[in-house]
Amino acid sequence: MSALQTVIEGARAEGRAALIAYLPVGYPDVDTSIAAMVAAVEGGADVVEVGVPYSDPGMDGPVIQEAVEVAVSAGVGMTDVLRAVAAVSAAGAVPVVMSYWNPIERYGVDRFADDLAAAGGAGAITPDLIPDEAAAWLSASERTGLDRVFLVAPSSTDARLAATIASCRGFVYAASTMGVTGSRATVGDAAERLVDRSREVSGDLPVCVGLGVSTGDQAAEVAGFADGVIVGSAYVRQLLDGRGADGVRVLSEELAAGVRRARVGA
Amino acid sequence: MTALHPAAPDVRDLTARPEWPDATGHFGPYGGRFVPEALIAALDELSEAYEAMRVDPEFIAEYARLQRDYTGRPNPVTEVPKFAEHCGGARVLLKREDLNHTGSHKINNVLGQALLTKRIGKSRVIAETGAGQHGVATATAAALMGLSCTVYMGEEDTRRQALNVARMRLLGAEVIPVTTGSRTLKDAINEAFRDWVTNVETTNYVFGTVAGPHPFPAMVRDFQRVIGDEARAQVLEREGRLPDAVLACVGGGSNAIGIFTAFVPDADVRLIGLEAGGDGVETGRHASSITGGDPGVLHGARSYLLQDANGQTIESHSISAGLDYPGVGPEHAYLHDMGRAEYRPITDSEAMEAFALLCRTEGIIPAIESAHALAGAMKVGQELGPDALLLVNLSGRGDKDVETASAWFGLGEHGAPTDEDARAVEAGRGADPGPGLDEEQHATEGAVANHEAVAGQDAGEQA
Repeated sequence: MSALQTVIEGARAEGRAALIAYLPVGYPDVDTSIAAMVAAVEGGADVVEVGVPYSDPGMDGPVIQEAVEVAVSAGVGMTDVLRAVAAVSAAGAVPVVMSYWNPIERYGVDRFADDLAAAGGAGAITPDLIPDEAAAWLSASERTGLDRVFLVAPSSTDARLAATIASCRGFVYAASTMGVTGSRATVGDAAERLVDRSREVSGDLPVCVGLGVSTGDQAAEVAGFADGVIVGSAYVRQLLDGRGADGVRVLSEELAAGVRRARVGA
Repeated sequence: MTALHPAAPDVRDLTARPEWPDATGHFGPYGGRFVPEALIAALDELSEAYEAMRVDPEFIAEYARLQRDYTGRPNPVTEVPKFAEHCGGARVLLKREDLNHTGSHKINNVLGQALLTKRIGKSRVIAETGAGQHGVATATAAALMGLSCTVYMGEEDTRRQALNVARMRLLGAEVIPVTTGSRTLKDAINEAFRDWVTNVETTNYVFGTVAGPHPFPAMVRDFQRVIGDEARAQVLEREGRLPDAVLACVGGGSNAIGIFTAFVPDADVRLIGLEAGGDGVETGRHASSITGGDPGVLHGARSYLLQDANGQTIESHSISAGLDYPGVGPEHAYLHDMGRAEYRPITDSEAMEAFALLCRTEGIIPAIESAHALAGAMKVGQELGPDALLLVNLSGRGDKDVETASAWFGLGEHGAPTDEDARAVEAGRGADPGPGLDEEQHATEGAVANHEAVAGQDAGEQA
């Protein structure tokens, strides 16, 4: 079974949602970003999305853009990403790469799959790659047993939802709000409706929610209806504000508590 | 004559198309859709509505009426014999897109997309712009059709093209300077996509070129092909033959696709795209995506782009804001790979030399973008010789570029720019202005010298 699905189902068996933390490699530098990922794991993250820096992050809001720009300028590349993957794995969490498509295509799809598997990565989340365009990645992930996580959105039709979820392995990424990454005051009903619609066709596959979660309370709210809670910008904010790995650890602890007090009042 | 070739310049047949792209927007290995899932529904809606609209007789009539009564089509083909003396004696015809309302070919596309916006019931349009021509055209169409309009423009470009920023604001559009990344067109596109994914229920993205995710490359081509449809018929009518070569500048590539499309089936007509060579492709400071780039994915489609070993987009460089883009439309990539079109770089200096030459020899101030195509004609004419007939797309007029040109040539009331003048430095001060214009301001050959001319204020007394 897939590494991602296993860890998320393990959380479910404990009566809670999984906590999935996103951090980009290379902000403020490669070593510090890896230390921050390890701190996220120590604070309670079950999965770390290891972000590949990209010059044109069309789906990201200002917080992630600001951090990623630094990493891009410093020339951070896939070799650094693979090192982060190995570090997260050694820290005891499941690493999954989060990458816009061009860095993977440039590195070579088969080479990426081979090297990611060798580094202990579970697979990849590809925010600007839809299954319709993913033939090379579908076959490379099939060959190497890697997970492949595609996104679904509130605007996805039922037919697209079914087709996209059928191509996913590991979990389904429900992009809860229409918009870019970043903290929001409310997560909104759209997330829960999207999760419900996804569950109708997802079978055993976990459905995790991203975009907009930044606090323990929001994590608890989302954990009430989703299998996993994805947090990105709030983690990156810790680093942008200079709170470093310690800030990341504290945030992880708050969010990890959030995903554990959900089911009751939800 | 096939269905691809309307018999007269005023007949535009949006129902006739090349056999590409396929149903999912692929031009061979290029094109497609590399966007977040959240945008797929909107792109599907656009595709479906557009496919219905383009064969709807009511739309065809309305679009033709706007082209005629609002844009001023058909615009003429102008022969430029004095300019052609610098093109190896080849004859040169210009397709005058610069005479369109708003000053460039961009209006052809936005009128079509604005009609489509109304058809799908959206009330707001957004657009990206580099030189500002597409932004001005979109703001114009929005004003005409009662749509609210937001234009994203790199902060760097708002400075280079201040006149167009003012034009957009006069037309009622909101102009948002983009301060991320390189602060140019590529970053404006990123911001526009972010706006679209957030506001897709009310907002349509009026994309300005033949790049981006499907259906934009095919749709924008269909709206721009009027250039070549008209020009082909006009050249046939006046010359009784087709041109030997058709030349156009290529940034994203919409004016080039617009003039190429009608000629694609004419195997004997060479199609030549001129990319922005900046300081020279060999210097790394250029915007020649095909000549100096590799295939990859940017802004929703696979095509050629400027990228580093990590797949990061490399910032492009060009004196022309409208060509200063590290990508290119997927159809150009496809035409290149199949050998149907050829692409060459033109440096800033070569473009500015051609710019000055056309001003001086023919009394036409071209856009700096279009000057790249003119510089291409100077080279290709030398290669083909005096029997050649060249058709050049003069895609826009140069009013917006007067400040850049003044800095380049050291004109203007403040004298030559200093090193402290950032614009001058950027424009490459100190470069040889070329034979078209020199700093001593020699009069045009054969013209009345200044001391012989009658000053404007005295003219009435002698009349």
